[in-house]
Amino acid sequence: MAIAFTLNGKSTTVDAPPEMPLLWVLRDELDLKGTKFGCGRSFCGACTVHVDGEPERSCRMPVSRAEGKEITTIEGLSEDGAHPVQLAWQEIDVPQCGYCQAGQIMSASALLANNPAPTDGDIDEAMSGNICRCATYNRIRAAIHRAADIAQAPSATSHETATGAGGSEA
Amino acid sequence: MNAVDKTGNLSRRGFLHVTALAGGGMLLGARFPLDGARGAFAATADAATALNAFIRLTPDGIATIMAQNPEIGQGVKTMLPMLIAEELDIPWSQVRVEQADFDSTKYRGQMAGGSMATPMHYESMRRVGAAARAMLVEAAAKEWKTRPEKCTTEAGAVHFKNKSLSYGELASAAADIEPPNPRTVPLKDAKDFRIIGQEIPGVDNPQIVTGKPLFGIDVTVPGMKYAVFEKCRVHGGRVKSANLDAVKASPGVVDAFVVDSTAQAGSAAPSPSMFQVGLPNGIAIVGDSWWLVNEARSKLEVTWDEGSTASQSTESFDRQAEELSKQAPEQDLRNDGDAAGALASAAKTLEAAYQYPFLAHAPLEPQNTTAHFHDGGLEMWAPIQTPQFARGDLAKALGIPEDQITIHLTRMGGGFGRRLYWDYMLEAALIARQAGVPVKLVWNREDDTRFDYFRPGGYHYLQGGLDEAGNLTAWRDHFVSFGEGRRFAPSAEMMPNEFPQGFVPNFALQASKMPLGIPTGALRAPTSNAISFVVQSFIDELAVEAGKDPLQFRLDLLDSAPAGTRTAFDPGRMKAVLELVRDKSEWGKADLPEGTGQGVAFHFSHRGYFAEVVQATVSKEGELGVDRIWVAGDVGRQLVNPSNALNQVQGAALDGLGQALDQEITFDGGRTNESNFHNFKLLRIDQAPPVEVHWVMSDNQPTGLGEPALPPVPPALCNAIFAVTGKRIRSLPISKHDLIWA
Repeated sequence: MAIAFTLNGKSTTVDAPPEMPLLWVLRDELDLKGTKFGCGRSFCGACTVHVDGEPERSCRMPVSRAEGKEITTIEGLSEDGAHPVQLAWQEIDVPQCGYCQAGQIMSASALLANNPAPTDGDIDEAMSGNICRCATYNRIRAAIHRAADIAQAPSATSHETATGAGGSEA
Repeated sequence: MNAVDKTGNLSRRGFLHVTALAGGGMLLGARFPLDGARGAFAATADAATALNAFIRLTPDGIATIMAQNPEIGQGVKTMLPMLIAEELDIPWSQVRVEQADFDSTKYRGQMAGGSMATPMHYESMRRVGAAARAMLVEAAAKEWKTRPEKCTTEAGAVHFKNKSLSYGELASAAADIEPPNPRTVPLKDAKDFRIIGQEIPGVDNPQIVTGKPLFGIDVTVPGMKYAVFEKCRVHGGRVKSANLDAVKASPGVVDAFVVDSTAQAGSAAPSPSMFQVGLPNGIAIVGDSWWLVNEARSKLEVTWDEGSTASQSTESFDRQAEELSKQAPEQDLRNDGDAAGALASAAKTLEAAYQYPFLAHAPLEPQNTTAHFHDGGLEMWAPIQTPQFARGDLAKALGIPEDQITIHLTRMGGGFGRRLYWDYMLEAALIARQAGVPVKLVWNREDDTRFDYFRPGGYHYLQGGLDEAGNLTAWRDHFVSFGEGRRFAPSAEMMPNEFPQGFVPNFALQASKMPLGIPTGALRAPTSNAISFVVQSFIDELAVEAGKDPLQFRLDLLDSAPAGTRTAFDPGRMKAVLELVRDKSEWGKADLPEGTGQGVAFHFSHRGYFAEVVQATVSKEGELGVDRIWVAGDVGRQLVNPSNALNQVQGAALDGLGQALDQEITFDGGRTNESNFHNFKLLRIDQAPPVEVHWVMSDNQPTGLGEPALPPVPPALCNAIFAVTGKRIRSLPISKHDLIWA
């Protein structure tokens, strides 16, 4: 069945079984490997993409539901990796294994789009659906605060408490 | 590939000789043409020059450094090249890092495990860089007709008086220089370090944040099919029959067949190493789409021969352990003094039974491997921590020579010890061979949770004795574990010199074992991740019984080793981290609200010294929140990459927290009950407190950080819960306990 949607700003049509999850269409039909398979049951958030700007677990979303929608994956979040969240993630050196981080970044960027200055509590609430098995959570929090700063003043330099990368951290 | 020496003779033997002399990853004495031909040394403008198997210099001055070890998130792909770049004396901005394939002729110790990369390679990788630097200096000295000692290096160039030549300009000439003896090549003084000790972000970060294909699960090969593998839910069970034709008729399925490796020639050889995997048995479904072949599993109807493990369950283990605890132990692991006599004459005694559950590794990237048989050999792309052991075992199981197996090391979506075992590689190879096409095998999360090499559970029946002054005089642990005869199941053993051995005059460690058909293996900080909970909790109980502050009781205990006693670790280093964490956490001084308390624990593992304080709040209704974790660690005189060091320690501490709070694997009828993240619960961000990390920079060799920060967290948390509620947690996970207090 042919299903048409906008993918990372481009009109896309795929021929796939309508119940096939969007995750597998992205990964194996369209060869966009950035969106990750972790659990297949929307428990871990590794497969998070934006559907009309809202974070969605693509592992449980039948591709038929993408019809006519605007889908953004990690590959389409920015042209060149310069989205404030992507910049902050590198500056704070968030990743360990890195496998969950695409999903984390998609959830974080959706959070910031709705809430430009989230508190730690806002972050915990918005990000609790994304598991980081390496538990880089201290840095995920710091990087979201840092991304909020970058988004508001792109030239601002890192402020000390957000780096999370010092020899000790209070 | 052959090394070519200066006289033009093939010197494979010489090369191997040099490698053996150097130990731990050296290749100096050989230069490897990039294309396998001598012509690669030609000084053409665009020729890349390989100074050794680790470093390639191009005329633009860029050094491409090979990262030899598998990356599982421990940061080794950044850390090992930092060591080389430091001594090469080139700015990090001129360094590019490439992941090396597995190649036992070029590299030593290509393995991720045991927090070994730093202690094993801290010096050897620096010598690789220093030797290359010496060759560049000698090339420049020749050009200037001076002596190498008169030249200096800085910022990727060699300098002499007012002259300088960049490394790029010298690369081709340096390739003709005889490599120096790696054992005697001088290394920098630590005060001159420009890269070691700097916060260098992970080299793959730009690819990770933009979603580039880096992981095993992202690999594609032309003509590749996808595969799933259905195994008997009872561990060790085997296929008797299945409705393969019905499955083959499912959409997207091109083939379905039974894989029974034990029936194949050459497949019965035992694994060659400390890590062992079983021989695969199950049903492969191969097709055009992973999702479709995974869906087709629901059509399978299989008759299984479940085998003897079907009688094993968590409940039966609990019952047997209880029975064994009442009998004389089967085995003495250690006896110092007279524990029984000392317990009988102690002023106070305590008894307690502790237990901890089986655990899964649950790396977020499910197990996978892409296998392609072609040109008489097998090419694989695999997330694997132990490529050398895997290849040896695959060669035996498949009946093909080791040198016909190529393993490309992919970045791994976590390891935690799971990928020390290559069962999924063996499955992928057998499936690809039988299917006759390149195959990417991907497990689903249920496979990954059910078919792990689990951290084994265990049971400890403890007795402790105190004298009138509250000093610990006797310690007895009857450890009921898994195994048969004298042999423990993998990672179900306990070190005879485990603390407090050496600090208690009368110490007895005894063991009994139950047979186990379920595979077990190493989970991050193996044995320590469980033993620390038992030892550091019971020490807390004894401190309370002695009427002493739990942290001071530990300091006193560390002081109690008789003079001249050789213990597994240096008590002075442990005291230093304990005192540091006491000060940083304001232990005993902080004005904590009602319902909030602190607990402390320490543990020595993987050559690292860690003392940690957990502050927790428990509401009177029993709701637990963890407020903060303080970590004090000592891994020697130098952190190679302080940014990654902090990340590793914070992650390890929170990993320990997740285990303690809510993780267990249970069995029924030989089957794993848990299947996905709803019933095997990983820590989430709203449960993750700030982790504050402090270092003691002791004058000792730098050691590894992937593991040793984990073990103190579960006991420190349980001790904090006791401080608030008066309830002693003697079994994990904590979620099974009622914490209501008033």
